[in-house]
Amino acid sequence: MLVQAIIKRIFIGVVTLLVVSIIIFIGTSLLPGDVANIILGQMATPESLAALREHLGLDQPPHTRYLMWLGNLLSGDLGMSKAGTGVGTVGTEISVMIQPRLVNTLRLAGMVALISIPMAMGLGLLASMYPGSRIDRAITFTTLSIISVPDFLVAMILVMVLAVQLGWLPSIAYMSGNETGWQLIRALLMPTLTLVTIVSAQIIRMTRATILNIMSSPYIEMAILKGVPRKRIILRHSLLNTIGPIVNVIALNMAWLIGGVVIVETVFAYPGLAKLMIDGVQTRDLPLVQACAMIFCATYVILIMIADMASIISNPRLRHPK
Amino acid sequence: MPEEDNTVGTKTTFQELPDAPPRRKIRFTVTGKIGIFFVVFWILMVFIGPYLSPYNEADILDESLFIVPGGDEYPDTDYQPPSKVAYLGTDYLGRDTLSRILYGARTTIGISFAATLLAYLLGVTLGIAAAVGSEWLDMSLSRINDAFLSIPTIMMGLVVIAAVGSTIPILIVMTGFIYATSVFRVARSLGQDVMVSDFVEAAKVRGEGLWWIITREILPNVVMPLATDFGLRFVWIILFISALSFLGLGVQPPMSDWGSMVKENLGGLPYGSIAPLMPSLAIATLTISINLIVDDISAHTGGKLSNRMI
Repeated sequence: MLVQAIIKRIFIGVVTLLVVSIIIFIGTSLLPGDVANIILGQMATPESLAALREHLGLDQPPHTRYLMWLGNLLSGDLGMSKAGTGVGTVGTEISVMIQPRLVNTLRLAGMVALISIPMAMGLGLLASMYPGSRIDRAITFTTLSIISVPDFLVAMILVMVLAVQLGWLPSIAYMSGNETGWQLIRALLMPTLTLVTIVSAQIIRMTRATILNIMSSPYIEMAILKGVPRKRIILRHSLLNTIGPIVNVIALNMAWLIGGVVIVETVFAYPGLAKLMIDGVQTRDLPLVQACAMIFCATYVILIMIADMASIISNPRLRHPK
Repeated sequence: MPEEDNTVGTKTTFQELPDAPPRRKIRFTVTGKIGIFFVVFWILMVFIGPYLSPYNEADILDESLFIVPGGDEYPDTDYQPPSKVAYLGTDYLGRDTLSRILYGARTTIGISFAATLLAYLLGVTLGIAAAVGSEWLDMSLSRINDAFLSIPTIMMGLVVIAAVGSTIPILIVMTGFIYATSVFRVARSLGQDVMVSDFVEAAKVRGEGLWWIITREILPNVVMPLATDFGLRFVWIILFISALSFLGLGVQPPMSDWGSMVKENLGGLPYGSIAPLMPSLAIATLTISINLIVDDISAHTGGKLSNRMI
C-alpha cells in the first residue's frame, strides 16, 4: 500500500511537470519581439531574417517546436542563448550561463536553510509549549509582523541598522565569483540575514499552529486526562504527527528560496538565478527564460512531492487513501 | 447574541435551533483593536486622502519654501528631512512624501482590492465546481492549478508584463488570475469537506438538485472561512503589487504607489533618508493590521485556518 501511494504521488508529480512545461512554453512564446529581429538589429533584411528564423527553427509550427524543446530538455540540452545578456553572449550554452548563478542561489538557499530550519522549529516549539505566555505572544506578534511586511522593508531595516548606523557590514554584495572564505561570508551575510528572518517567521508560525492544532485533538485530551506532563505530550505524543505539515511548509519555503527571492537579490545586487531570469525576460532570451522557469517549477514540484511523501510515510492514514 | 426572552405569552422567535450552541460574539484583543483603527484609517484615506494632502502628488516643491532665514544659499529640495514645510520630508525629486503616500493609498489599495475580488470570483467558482463536479473535472482542474501554483508568482507577473505591458487594468487582471490559483485550492478543500458531510448526504437523498446543494448547503458553510482567507489574500496581493512596483514593473510614474515610491527613493537609504522607509511603513501598518484582525477572528472561529495559510 505504501509503495502504491508513493507511486501514485510520483505519477501526479510527473503529470504536473508536463503541464508546467506546456504553460511555460506557451507563456514565453507570448513574449513580444522576434529573437531573429533582436539578433540582427539594424542589419535585418527580409532575406536574412527568414534565413535566421529557419536556422533557429522558428519557422516550425508551435507543437513541433514544443516537442523538440521538450526532447532536448529531457536529454539535458538546455539550448543556446539566442539574445544574450551582453555583447558576445549570443550562442553561449544556456547551461554555461546558468551554472554559476545556480551555485550562488544554492549557496544562499543552503545557508538560509541551515540556520533557519533548526532555529525556527525550536522557537515554534517553545511558543507552543507555553501558549498565551509572554514569550509566546512576543514570538507570535514578531513573526506576524515579519510575514506581513514587504521583503524590501526587512532588507532595508537591516541595511539601515547594520550597514548605515553601525557600519558593520557592506550593504551590497559584489560577487566576482572567486571570493574565498571570509570575503564570501561577508558578501553573503546581509542577504542571508534578510532571508533567514523572513523564512524563519513563516516556519515558526506554522510549527506553532500545527502543534496547537494537534493539541486540541481527542487523543491528546486523553493524555492530558491521564496526567501526562505537557512537555512529554508535545515531545512524545504530538511531535511525530506534526512532521507532515511542517515538512510541507519547509518545502514551500525552500522552493521560494530558489525562485522567489528576486527582491532580495535586487536589493543586495546578489547574482542569483532569479536575477538571471529577469535579465532573460528583458532581452527576450526565450531559451534562457524557459530554462530558468523550468528549474524553478521543477524545484517546487519535486520539493512538494518529497514533502507529501514524508507525510504519507509519517501518517498511516494517508497510506490507505479511501 | 440573541437576548433571552423569558416572558410568557409573548411571541417566541427562535433565531437558532433550540439545542444549538449560543453564538459567540467576536471579542477583539488590544492588538485587534489597533488593527481595526489602522484599517479604518487607510480606508478613509482611500476616499479623502487626496483632499487632505498638502500638495499634489506630482508637485515638486519650490526651493524658496526651504530657505532658512538668515541663510544665504538656496537649499537642495531633494531628500529633505521632515520639517514644517513637508511633514515627512521630500523624495528624490523634492516632492512631498506625505502627499504622495496619501495619493498612493488610493492606487495601492484600490488595485489590490480589485485584484482580490477578481481572484475570489474566479477561484471560488472553479474551486466549488471542482469540489462538487465529477472526479475527472476535479482532477484536470487541480492538475492545471498545481502547475500554475508551481510557477513563482513574481516570475509569472514578470513574463506577463514583459509580454503585454504594464497598465492598471492589466495589473488587476493578471494579479487576479495569479492569485485565483491559491483561492481555488482553499475553496476546493473547504467545498470537499462540506460535500462529504452528513447534511449534504441527507440533501442528496431528499433529491435536492446540485444548484440547491451549492447555494444552500455549501456556500453558507464556507463563507466564514473564506472571509478570513480574503483578508490574508488581500495582504499578499498588496505585497505582490508593491514588489512588482519595487522592480519597476507595477504602477508607472508619475502616479504614486507605495511600492514604486520605495524603489524611487532607495538611493537615499545610504544617506539615512526616511523617504524609502515611510511608504514601506504605510504598507506595513495596513498589512500587519489586517493580519491582526484576521488572527482575532480565526481564534474566535477556532478553525484550522493555519492549515490553509499557504
